[in-house]
This record gives sequence, C-alpha cells and structure tokens, in this order.
Amino acid sequence: MSNVSLLARPVSIERRGNLAMATEKSVRVRSYEDDVSIRVRAIESILSEKGIIDKGGVDEIIDFFEHKIGPRNGAKVVAKAWTDPQYRKWLLEDSTAAIASLGEEFVGLQGEHMKVMENTPEVHHLITCTLCSCYPWPTLGLPPMYFKSTSYRARCVKEPRAVLKEFGVELSDSTEVRVWDSNSELRYMVLPMRPEGTDGMSEEQLADIVTRDSMLGTEIPKV
Amino acid sequence: MDGVHELAGVDSNFGPIPIDPNEPLFFDEWERRVFGVTLSVAYAGLLNFDEFRFGIERMPAWQYFAARYYEKWAATLETNMIEKGVITPEELEARVNKLKKEG
Repeated sequence: MSNVSLLARPVSIERRGNLAMATEKSVRVRSYEDDVSIRVRAIESILSEKGIIDKGGVDEIIDFFEHKIGPRNGAKVVAKAWTDPQYRKWLLEDSTAAIASLGEEFVGLQGEHMKVMENTPEVHHLITCTLCSCYPWPTLGLPPMYFKSTSYRARCVKEPRAVLKEFGVELSDSTEVRVWDSNSELRYMVLPMRPEGTDGMSEEQLADIVTRDSMLGTEIPKV
Repeated sequence: MDGVHELAGVDSNFGPIPIDPNEPLFFDEWERRVFGVTLSVAYAGLLNFDEFRFGIERMPAWQYFAARYYEKWAATLETNMIEKGVITPEELEARVNKLKKEG
C-alpha cells in the first residue's frame, strides 16, 4: 500500500446504529492494576491471531504517521497563500478544495473538511477542540500534547488571552481574539500574517518559517 | 447527561498547559502500538471514529482525567472490541495473565 493511500483510505461509518445500543451498556472499566502496556500487547496479539490485523500493517501505519506526515504540508499551504493572492482568496473561500489542489497527500483521514481562518491586525484566530482533540492530520500531522490537554481544551474558549500568554503571544487590546472549536466534521487551520522583512523570500523559504503552532494560533511566525 | 469530555469553559484547576516543543510523538512503545492497532482495526472496517470517540466519552471521570492520552485509546479500543464481540472478556483476561506470567 502506498503512503498516500494510508491517509486516504476511508473508515467505515456504517455502524452508527451501534451507538444507541452502546449507551445502554456501561463502558468497560479497565483495571489499573494492570500495566496498560500489557493490555495493549494482549489486544494486539489476539487481534493478530484472529487475522484482523497484521504486524506489518500496524508497523506501516505507525511509520507513516510518525515519520511521513507532519506540519510541512500546512506550511506549504500558508506559503502559497502568502505569495499567490488568487490562491489566498480561494483558500479562504473554499479551504477544502484549495488545499486538495496541492496534491493527494494534502487530503484524507481527519482532514476531509477544512476551514482556514486568516489572521489580520484586527483579528487573531485560535484553534482548539474542546470535546477531544480533532485536528487536521493531512496538513498538520498528529496533534501536540498541549492540544490534547484538559487545560488547553477547557481554557481556550474562556480565557484565550491568558492561554496565548502562556505560549508567549501577547496581542494588543485592540486585536480581537476568535476561538474556533474543531469537531469531527470540520477542522480549522490558521493562515498567519506574513512577517515583515520577508519580501524577497521564495515560497520554499517562506514555508520554512511557518511553524505548526502558528497554524493553530499559538505562535506568531518570525523571520 | 453531561459528558466528562465536555470541557469548554470548565472552570477547574487543570493546571498550566503542557507546552514542550521537543516532545516526542509517542512517549512509550505501547503508545505507538495502540495507535497503529486502533487505526488497523478502523481500516479493517471494525471501528469508526464516532465509536472510537464514544468509547472515550463513556470513560468514568476518575479514569478519564487520570488517563494519559493514549490510555484513552487503549480504553476505547478494548471497550469497542469487547462490545462488538471481536474479543471476549475471558480471552482478554487470560491473555493478560499469560503475558504477565511471561514477564
């Protein structure tokens, strides 16, 4: 299987009926007397024996997500928007299509529907997921620990300026902060402002200064 | 019922945000495995993302807040495999005990 197909492969959604049934059952309470690593090994070995998964496939998935995707795709999207006004317009109007136009590795699992929010001197956008940690995998990779933390998820919508301050981002009082709560259907990404002093830079050079955090709103890109 | 996962604006003392620019993607080998096994099961058509999340959202609060991120994955994987009858509780406990004895 190619790396791209890993990200593009659809996950079955035909089992919604099970959700209603499942609420009638109590969730299985795991015994914390057991080391979680042993329980994971037990589950993997049983599933392997039943032929549901195989070690090679699991290894390939891990390798793909650990080494082959990350925020570089998102950085390419941003750099293109900084250098191509028409692309920028399209990106803000129809983020999903504009991102998908850059290649098949820019779309797929956990990035099916995208919305890009543009930072301006007047408005700063901050991305969170209060319910879990919904995140655009194809453009940003897997989320950092802070994005998954209870503290970030609880506080972003209540005290975004205090949260930003913990990241070292201090905005003027006149800048409005807007917080976007990602969900299972729609994933947000920030188009940060192009920094001063980057006039002569190529698209590639610009992509190098676009950080993961700047596409979540927790950092301002610098030269 | 309010879900334990509904954290928007919850005014509890969750402490400072864990910001570490040098953190690894996975902290332990079992985190790596549970990630790969869960996605494999999903690709096999035996788990969708709604079911995955719902298994986490139903965790008891004391477990939810104590769990590391990938412990939540382990919990929902186990819950879903057992509820769907893919693995029986008995065979899982037997395998856990066997692995414990082997060390």
